[in-house]
Amino acid sequence: MSKNYRLAEGGRINREHTVNFQFNGKSYSGFAGDTLASALLANGVHMVGRSWKYHRPRGILSAGAEEPNAIFQLEKGKYTVPNARGTQVELYDNLDASSVNCWPSLDFDLMSINSKFARMMPAGFYYKTFMWPKSMWMKYEHFIRKASGLGESPRQNDPDRYEHAHAHCDLLVVGGGIAGLTAALAAGRAGARVMLVDEQAEFGGLTLNSHAQIEGKSASQWIEDTVAELQAMEEVTLLNRATAFGYHDYNFLTVNQRLTDHLPLSERKSGREKVWQIRAHQVVLATGAAERPLVFANNDRPGVMLASAVSTYVNRYAVKPGNRVVIFTNNDSAYQTALDCKAAGIEIAVVVDARAQSSSELANTVRSAGIEVLNGSAVVDTSGGKHVSSVKVMNLAADGKSVSGSVKNISCDLLAVSSGWSPVVHLSSQSGAKAIWNDDQAMFLPGTPTQAQVSVGAANGTLDLKNSLHQAALAGNAAAKACGFDSDMAAPSAEALASEAILPLWQVPSIHASGRGPKAFVDMQNDVGVADIQLAAREGFHSVEHVKRYTAMGFGTDQGKLGNINGMGVLAQTLGQSIAETGTTTYRPNYTPVSFGAIAGQNLGDELFDPVRKTAMHAWHEENGAEFENVGQWKRPWYYPRNGESLDEAVNRECLATRESVGILDASTLGKIEVVGRDAAKFLEMIYTNNWMKLEVGKARYGFMLGEDGMVMDDGVTVRIAENHFYMHTTTGGAAGVLAWMERWLQTEWPELEVFLTSVTDHWATAAVVGPNSRRVVSAVCDGIDFSADNFKFMDSRVGKIGDLECRVNRISFSGELAYEVNVPANYGRYMWEELMQAGAEYNITPYGTETMHVLRAEKGYVIVGQDTDGSVTVEDLGMSWALSKTKTDYIGKRSLNRPDTLRKDRKQLVGLVTEDPKTVIPEGAQLVDNPGAPMPVPMAGHVSSSYYSACCGHSIAMALVKGGHHRTGETVYAPLANDRVIKATITDTNFYDKEGAKANA
Amino acid sequence: MLLIECPYCGERDETEFSYAGEAHIARPLETEKLNDAEWADYLFMRKNPKGAHREQWLHAAGCRRYFNAERDTVNYKVKSTYKIGEQS
Ligand SMILES: [Zn+2]
Repeated sequence: MSKNYRLAEGGRINREHTVNFQFNGKSYSGFAGDTLASALLANGVHMVGRSWKYHRPRGILSAGAEEPNAIFQLEKGKYTVPNARGTQVELYDNLDASSVNCWPSLDFDLMSINSKFARMMPAGFYYKTFMWPKSMWMKYEHFIRKASGLGESPRQNDPDRYEHAHAHCDLLVVGGGIAGLTAALAAGRAGARVMLVDEQAEFGGLTLNSHAQIEGKSASQWIEDTVAELQAMEEVTLLNRATAFGYHDYNFLTVNQRLTDHLPLSERKSGREKVWQIRAHQVVLATGAAERPLVFANNDRPGVMLASAVSTYVNRYAVKPGNRVVIFTNNDSAYQTALDCKAAGIEIAVVVDARAQSSSELANTVRSAGIEVLNGSAVVDTSGGKHVSSVKVMNLAADGKSVSGSVKNISCDLLAVSSGWSPVVHLSSQSGAKAIWNDDQAMFLPGTPTQAQVSVGAANGTLDLKNSLHQAALAGNAAAKACGFDSDMAAPSAEALASEAILPLWQVPSIHASGRGPKAFVDMQNDVGVADIQLAAREGFHSVEHVKRYTAMGFGTDQGKLGNINGMGVLAQTLGQSIAETGTTTYRPNYTPVSFGAIAGQNLGDELFDPVRKTAMHAWHEENGAEFENVGQWKRPWYYPRNGESLDEAVNRECLATRESVGILDASTLGKIEVVGRDAAKFLEMIYTNNWMKLEVGKARYGFMLGEDGMVMDDGVTVRIAENHFYMHTTTGGAAGVLAWMERWLQTEWPELEVFLTSVTDHWATAAVVGPNSRRVVSAVCDGIDFSADNFKFMDSRVGKIGDLECRVNRISFSGELAYEVNVPANYGRYMWEELMQAGAEYNITPYGTETMHVLRAEKGYVIVGQDTDGSVTVEDLGMSWALSKTKTDYIGKRSLNRPDTLRKDRKQLVGLVTEDPKTVIPEGAQLVDNPGAPMPVPMAGHVSSSYYSACCGHSIAMALVKGGHHRTGETVYAPLANDRVIKATITDTNFYDKEGAKANA
Repeated sequence: MLLIECPYCGERDETEFSYAGEAHIARPLETEKLNDAEWADYLFMRKNPKGAHREQWLHAAGCRRYFNAERDTVNYKVKSTYKIGEQS
C-alpha cells in the first residue's frame, strides 16, 4: 500500500541520501532532511495513531511542536523514547517508530469500541464514574491506564549521558526564524555577546517555506547568508536543535539541546542532551506563531491538516499531503497554501472562506489562478473512514453564528484548515508578562514585560515579513544599547503585504442540538470536544482553569498548544462573554516535554546524586562484613553479622559482649564544632540550657540546645580543651543545622561576642571503646595518660599518644558502661582502630554498629534527639530537668519554658514501657491507648518512640511519649496494631539497666 | 532562579543561599520580663506582606554570612541587600 507522494523536485531534502526506517513493523524510506512525519506522508501514510479516549483514527495535523496526534514510540529497549512528536523527529537510518495508544494494533483497535459509546463518556466521566468510592480506584485504574495511556516509559536504565552547561550573555534570542536572526544580527554586529537558540535542525523557521524576497534575494538565501555571518562572529553562539523550555526569574532561561537524536543509534557517540542554564541581560523572544485548526464535526479525520503545515510539507519537504485539496479558512494566510498547492500540482477543489468577502491582493491572486473561492461558507462535516474522502459545505451567516442553505458535498483527500494564528507567548507568559487578548487580531499577544525581554515578529502578533524584520532590528539594536554597545542596524528590506481582517470562528455552528451530532474536537490529544466544554459550563465550571481540569483540555503532551485558544473561544461563547473576560490558563514550563535524563544531567546514581560520606574506618567495616545504614549522607555500620546471623542475633551478641567485656563503635560521624574565642563560654551559656562558665579545662559536659520555642533541638557533649577553646559534639544529622544556627546568633544578635566556629566533623576519627574492659584496652594503646579511676574520671578529657600520634581521649558514655572515646586526625582513623582491635583481642573486643548502640542507650533511657523527640518535646517532658540551669537568667528557649502550653500537665512525657509478654517488641511508632475497646475515635494516650529486645535485661524495652506519663508509673497502656493484635504494657521509668549507674563510674 | 547580591561576595545564583526568615526581629534583652503575649509576638508573629519584605539570607555555599534583603513577594525581585546592622 506504500505510495509515492514525493514531488519530483524541490524541498530542502537530500535526495542523494535515502533513509530507511520502520513504522509499526513495516519498512519505508525517505530522505535525509525529512522528519518522520514528512517521510510517512511521502509514503501516503496519514493515519498514525488513535485518540486517547475514543480511539478514533488520527492523522498528522501539523508540522511542528504543536502536534497533538502524530505521537510515536521511538526505538525499543533501553533506547526507547515515548511520545515523540513525529513532526519534530528528524529521520535517521533504521529509525524504528510505532504508534502509541493502539491496542492491539493501529488498524484493528479493540478500544475503538469506546468511540461507539462516546455519548456515555462525557467530560468528567472518569471523575464521576471511577473516583468514588476511593477504594475501587485501584481496580479501575489498571484498565483505564491500559486503555488511555500514551507511550510507554523505558523499563531499562538509560544508556545515554546527559550534561548541564551554564552560560551568560548580553542577549539571548529565542527562535531562529527571520525575526530572531535579524535581532541577533543587529546585536552581534554591534559586538554584543549573543546566544541564539532554535528548536529545529535548520535556522530560518517558517520562512524556509517562503517564496518571499529579503534584501533583494530569496528568503532562503538571505537566511543562509545571515547564519553564515553570525557564525563567523566570535561573540555569537548559535545553538540548533535547542528548545528554550523555561523562562524563570532574573532572565534565567533553560534550554535543552538535543545532540544525537538525529543520528542513527550506531553513530550516537557523545552525550545525548545538554541543558543550558542561561542568564541573559536581555532576551528577545522570536518564537513565532502557531496556526489554529477550525472546529467542526469530524474535524479530526486523517487528511485534515493545518494549511501552513500543508505548505511546509509541499515547500520544505517536497511532499504532497494529498492529490485534491479543500482549503477552509477564516483569514488570508491559507490563500498562500492554495498557491503553494497549485505550484506543486495538487488539484484544488475549492477555497472555503468563512468571511463574506476576501479581496486582498493574495486572495485575488488565487482567484486569478483559476481557483474557486466560496465566501461566506463553512465546512460543516467530513466523510470517510480512516481518511477524509469528502467534505460538506454550507452557507455561513456573516456573524458566523449559523449555517443555512443546501449541503454541498465536495470530494477531496486533503482538507487544509486555518482559524488564524496564535503567537507562541509561552515563554513571555512564563517570564511574568500576562498575555493580553486582542480582538482585532483574534489572538493573545505578549503582555507588558516584567523582565528585560521583548517579543518580536509573529510571536508579537506581527505576521507580515516587513514589519517583523523592522521590529526585530529595533529589538536587537535596543538590546545591544542596553548592554553598552552602539547599535543602529537598519532593518533588512522586504515588501509589505496587506491582509484583510480575520473573522474569528471558534466553532462552526452545528446543525444539531448541543451534545448531539458528530463530535467536533477542540483538543485532539485529549479528545475534548465542543460538547464537553459546553457540558462543563452547564455544570457550573466557569473558570477556564476549572474547565481545563474538568475536561482535561490542554493536559496532553502537547499542553494544548493547538486547542486551548479554540477551547477558550468556545467557553466564552457558551458563557456569553468575551475571551478577554474568560482569560487564558497559566503557561508553565516546560514548553515541550524534557527528558528526565536531561533534567538529572550527571547528578545520577549512588556516586553523583548526593554525596556519600564515609568515615576513615569505612574500608575496615566493609572488610569485616558490616551491614550499613544511611544516616543523612553518612554510611554507618549498622551491625556486623557473623556466620549468617540475623540482625536480632547479631545485635544480641554485640550487646552482651559489650556489657560483659568490651565493644567498639565508630563514632566519627557525630558532628564536631570547635568554638573558640574570648567569649566562647559566654556564648555557650546562651546556646545550652546548663552552665558552662565554671566548667574546668579538661572536663566535658552534656548539654541540650533548645529552639527559641523551648523545644529540644539538639544535644551532645562539649569538652573544654582550653580556657577559650571548646570542642562541641552534635548529633550526626544535626551538625550542619546547628552550625548555621549558632552562626546566625553570633552574626545577627551578638556581633559583640568574639567567638569563632569551625566545623571539624571530617577532621577527626573517633572510636568509642565501651564496656568493663575498655580501660584495659585504651591503656594498652594510648600512652601518656593515667587511666586510673581516680585520675581520669567520668567526663574527663585527656591528651595522649598512640605511638607518635597525638590523640584525645574523652571518658564519656552513651551506653551506661565504662567507656572512652578516642579521637585522632581522620587520616589515622584506621590505624587507631586497628591498634584498639589488636589490644582488645584478648578481651574479645566486639565491633558494634548503630543498632546495638541504640539498644545500649535505650537500656539506660538515654534519648536520641529526632527519635524520642520530634520538635514538640521539652527537656522537662524527657524527665531531664536536671539539665536546665536554675541560676541563668536567660538562654535560648528559656522564656518559652514558662509559656502556658509548656506548663500543661497533660503534655506527652517520656516513660519506659515493659510488655506483658517479655518477648513481644512493640513496633516503633505504635499509638498507645488506655482502653482499646473504647468506641471510635479512640482517645490516644501517646506513642512509642524507641523499642527493642534487650538481651541484657532478658525482656523487651520501649520508650514512649505518654500524656501525663511521669505520673502514671505502674499503669497499663495498650498498643492496638493494624492486624487487630493488642499489646499490653506497663509504664515504668526509662532506666532499665544498672539503675545505680555503678558501671559507668567504675 | 533568583540572582542575589551578597553584600560581601556580589551577585550569585539563588542556589548558593538559604533563607533565614524575616529580618529586623531583635531578640528581647530581658526575656524574663516579657509577658506571654509579648513573648509570643517575638516568637511566632511574622509579617506576610504582599510586596516589599525584609528578610535574612545566608550565603550558605559562599562566605557563610547572614545579610538582609528587601524582596518583593509578588515578583520576587530583590530590591536591595545590606549587611546585618545596616538599614537599607
Ligand atoms: Zn557571600
